[in-house]
Amino acid sequence: MAIHTLAVLVENSPGVLARVASLFSRRGYNIDSLAVGPTENPKVSRMTIVLNLEGHALDQVSAQLFKLVNVIGISEMKDSDSLKREILLVKVANTASTKELVKKHNAVIADESTTTLSIEAVGQSTAIESLLTDLKPHGIRELVQSGLVALERGDKTLADRTLSTMGTANESDPNSSTADYQN
Amino acid sequence: MSKINGAQSLVNALEAAGVEVMFGIPGGAILPAYDPIFDSKIRHILVRHEQGAGHAATGYAQATGRVGVCIATSGPGATNLVTPLADAQMDSVPIVAITGQVPSAAIGTDAFQEADIRGVTMPVTKHNYLITDPKDIPRAIAEAFHIASTGRPGAVLVDIAKDALQKETTFDYPHTVSLAGYNPVMEPKSEAVRDAAALIAQSKKPVLYVGGGVIKAEAAAELMQLAQVTGAPVVTTLMARGAFPDSHQQHLGMPGMHGTVAAVTALQKADLLITLGARFDDRVTGKLSTFAPNAKIIHADIDPAEIGKNRHADVALIGDLKNTLRVLVPATKVALAKSAPDLTPWLNEVYGWRKKFPLGYDKPADGSVSPQYVIERIGKISGPDTIFAAGVGQHQMWASQFIGYEKPRTWLNSGGLGTMGYAVPAAMGAKVGAPDATVWAIDGDGCFQMTNQELVTCALNNIPIKVAVINNESLGMVRQWQTLFYNQRYSNTDLHSKRIPDFKLLAEAMGCVGLRCESPADVDKTIEDAMAINDRPVVVDFNVHRDAMVWPMVAAGTSNDDITVARSMAPVWDSQEL
Repeated sequence: MAIHTLAVLVENSPGVLARVASLFSRRGYNIDSLAVGPTENPKVSRMTIVLNLEGHALDQVSAQLFKLVNVIGISEMKDSDSLKREILLVKVANTASTKELVKKHNAVIADESTTTLSIEAVGQSTAIESLLTDLKPHGIRELVQSGLVALERGDKTLADRTLSTMGTANESDPNSSTADYQN
Repeated sequence: MSKINGAQSLVNALEAAGVEVMFGIPGGAILPAYDPIFDSKIRHILVRHEQGAGHAATGYAQATGRVGVCIATSGPGATNLVTPLADAQMDSVPIVAITGQVPSAAIGTDAFQEADIRGVTMPVTKHNYLITDPKDIPRAIAEAFHIASTGRPGAVLVDIAKDALQKETTFDYPHTVSLAGYNPVMEPKSEAVRDAAALIAQSKKPVLYVGGGVIKAEAAAELMQLAQVTGAPVVTTLMARGAFPDSHQQHLGMPGMHGTVAAVTALQKADLLITLGARFDDRVTGKLSTFAPNAKIIHADIDPAEIGKNRHADVALIGDLKNTLRVLVPATKVALAKSAPDLTPWLNEVYGWRKKFPLGYDKPADGSVSPQYVIERIGKISGPDTIFAAGVGQHQMWASQFIGYEKPRTWLNSGGLGTMGYAVPAAMGAKVGAPDATVWAIDGDGCFQMTNQELVTCALNNIPIKVAVINNESLGMVRQWQTLFYNQRYSNTDLHSKRIPDFKLLAEAMGCVGLRCESPADVDKTIEDAMAINDRPVVVDFNVHRDAMVWPMVAAGTSNDDITVARSMAPVWDSQEL
């Protein structure tokens, strides 16, 4: 398995999500999750794309993505130097043992009825998975998960690198398996 | 600023973009635009099918290097442009398509003649637009021309809602375009140029693998310099025919599925491929894992996504090819001055292959006309200033093999998408762009029946192209595969087109001169007769032998090492070559 997380800054324009989705579909790249939302700049949206790249090079995916006119910048979000979070909302039976699990996993009871609990959890993928594994024997009535979102640690920002400099693929980071693609 | 409507703004923008001609058909949603088009200095050529408009724009662009423009209405008008858009995009041809869209309030309601053409064309264009506000029209047109013509050229579609064409607006054309997400890299990195020159200076068996990018970048003169500096043999892909003179001593011809033995084998045996604006297409590489197994790769391309897409590049030169060659040539000179391997053994070997395995064909035993002979004679009689546009199939391969190309932009064809029916409308567009040139469409009888309606357009608009229909009364390339791979079971490839239609009468019905040639003795005379007609389009029905096949051949999915020069016949190598 070759899972990679890409942060992609795109122009906030109609059809941009369709273009990205169309590209991934056409070239046979598998998306594990995709989250898209506004940024600090109203003209720019940010996508976080988790890819399962069996048989495709990350560089090639980034290069193809960067060819889209609406794509402004791309950077790989590595586990070692970025924060990654997912949101889980899950509905289970309202029992003492499920309430105990909420406490154990530092989750939140977002809604409670006489028979069910709606649990909210925010965390890394492993923490979310662990909570779900524990809840499973108690019966999961329904669940919904967001795509993963990621932000670099420290004072670096993708927006600064991408929007302030006009240039090309930045290969200055020797640890990056994909170059940063920036305009 | 004075108020005009969106349609006038569109026409003003097209004029500001430098458009001199466009090919199109009006209809409901685009109708507002056709009113100011009536008064515009832009020549509008009324085609008979939107596909013809699209390929004409492509032919115009390929012949001139300028952006080709086509225009159509919403729904079916727009969807008829999908094939030429995909075709132009695959072959990196700069075209802009303008389409009308249903009024913005009706978008999404499945209105009459509504098609989501922006959605439909997303995967087959470089970029596209849907405009619903008239104030966005000039910017969209300026951006469309900028995107189509810069970087790796391609197809751009601008879809404009009818109400945006009708509403009042002001015209303000942006003469510079700045796009946050679009800044093509023009100059290669200097370290990469040095690395490339160093590889060239180490290579004992180099080949210049030349693709269509050299023509797009207008870099034929710079390519010639690199060829002279390195002394390396040159192969030109189907899209690059004409980028390097066929008559040049270092030229081995076309590589690939129907390439020359020398070109295919030189790539296979090379220790270095100097790849210039080519993309390691499957028709060139054959089975990719066995392609050029001993070669290091220098890959020069303006599109970073081509680097490493099919074949790993040891050195990537990302940038405009003309700029790249301008720095690579002197860098190579410097590197070769320090150490220049002796290429003589390699050149003796490859030129030996060229001598031993020249392109050729058999004369049919029954005395009928051989298609290769017809095409070869048209090339000879018409000469190197002629522009040739081919359809897709056997005649296309023969036209690539048996016509000598000496100059860029004299060979137009649908290489990537392989669009049958390309030739007639593309020749029309080329003739409009280069009215003083002789333009021959080399077409097959199958292809010709897909788009010949544009001969009406040619006849009515004084566009005197010449069409050679290489009539083997079948879908010849498909038939060839049926011969070779399907036990001669000719399922649905017999077109009966020596009987129906009568191409001579059909040509005359469309206002052209119709000629027919049925005997080898008449070939030259018929071509000369066609050459003498310059006031009307002329169509020659060349009745040719139907069993002629395209050789050499590397069967699809097999290794280039398994090239055959005739059916089941591998080249007979001298023992030391094996």
